[in-house]
Amino acid sequence: MLSSGINVLADGSNFSRLLGGLLITARIAFISIILGSLLGVIIGLARTSKVKVLRFLCRFYLELFRIIPILVWLFFVYFGVTGILDIHLDGELVAVIVFSLWGAAEMGDIVRGALESLPKHQTESGKALGLSFWQLYRFVLLPQATRRLLPGAINLSTRMVKTTSLVVMIGVIDVVKVGQQIIERSILKEPTASFWIYGFIFILYFIICYPLSILSKKLEAKWEN
Amino acid sequence: MDINWDFVITALPLYEKAAWLTLKLAIWGIVTSLVVGLLCSIVLYYKPKILTPLVRGYIELSRNTPLLIQLFFLYYGLTKLGITLSEQTCAIVGLGFLGGSYMAEAFRGGIESVSKAQIESGLSIGLSNRQLIRYVILPQAFSVTLPSLGANCIFLLKETSIVGAIAIPDLMHVTQDLIGMYYQTFESLLMLVVAYLILLLPLSFFLTWLERKVRYAEFGN
Repeated sequence: MLSSGINVLADGSNFSRLLGGLLITARIAFISIILGSLLGVIIGLARTSKVKVLRFLCRFYLELFRIIPILVWLFFVYFGVTGILDIHLDGELVAVIVFSLWGAAEMGDIVRGALESLPKHQTESGKALGLSFWQLYRFVLLPQATRRLLPGAINLSTRMVKTTSLVVMIGVIDVVKVGQQIIERSILKEPTASFWIYGFIFILYFIICYPLSILSKKLEAKWEN
Repeated sequence: MDINWDFVITALPLYEKAAWLTLKLAIWGIVTSLVVGLLCSIVLYYKPKILTPLVRGYIELSRNTPLLIQLFFLYYGLTKLGITLSEQTCAIVGLGFLGGSYMAEAFRGGIESVSKAQIESGLSIGLSNRQLIRYVILPQAFSVTLPSLGANCIFLLKETSIVGAIAIPDLMHVTQDLIGMYYQTFESLLMLVVAYLILLLPLSFFLTWLERKVRYAEFGN
């Protein structure tokens, strides 16, 4: 009885539809991770700068995303900001905006941690050699910081991939929504579809996130010494 | 931006009720996570043959999948196996399943952080096993574990925002309903954000304060 429901995965174009949904999810995650990382480096630099106000502002920005749940942010931009500005934003665009801003805040913290963990004499030696600000960061600090921040950055990426599952709540047709559509359509024919579809999506997320976590753990262990 | 205060006042009791529900689910979720995490970390510490790979598998599964999918699977999927849980039980089980692995990692990190020299020194000055645990291992492990336990509590309280998806009238669900019924979007969202700030800010400040207090127990400070 239960096992017959597994057919629903192979039925018609269900499988390719689910993968199509996954592609949307992956696209949101991918764009957000790239944008978030780029912005995050800038925020990380700002958080290690000497300007107190700048440091405070960036810290405040991070805390905003740490304290308020991401789902609340999604709602806030999707329903609230669009209403105030009287514009229409597509759910997918809202997701990319919110995830990028969140990723930037968290990535900024990771970059800051990596820069601060570098020994002070690196900066001082660079300056003693007469390197300019940009040369110092470009040739001395950022290359060294990169390997220290990579495990954390990969971890953040898996968190972002997992959080993309929330976009179904603001009306994006992602893998979860496609799954729901399939379940609803086959509810009479295959009453156990929900078990298999949700189980399948569960495994899909695991397949994407698990290699990333292993990679992050490996890098961390490798560079610890 | 004009705020419709009448609406805010009318909706306030709804938010209050939802906030208590969110808090209740979060507390039960955290308690469940702590129990699961502690059991898992004990297994990982003593490394019995059959249980260890099971616990490892559970931790990886729980850490690499989103809570929303876990909840959907528990709520809509497991009923087909004959296991029907109420919405709230489902939310607590889901939070426990997710949080358990995070808590286990936190406990493990704490126990591993106590250096071997500490234990050996304790033994060499003639402490009994119980004294060793009570006076040497636990205070040091605790101070390392506490910040991550605190971070996990905040994480779980925030994750509670997802349980609205399985028809629990929590803060998110109430907000969605109010937006849908009255179109008072801005007011509803404002109250939602404020409600989460009221729940999370005191916890965040308390944990920062607590962290600073227990840091004194760390060796060499």
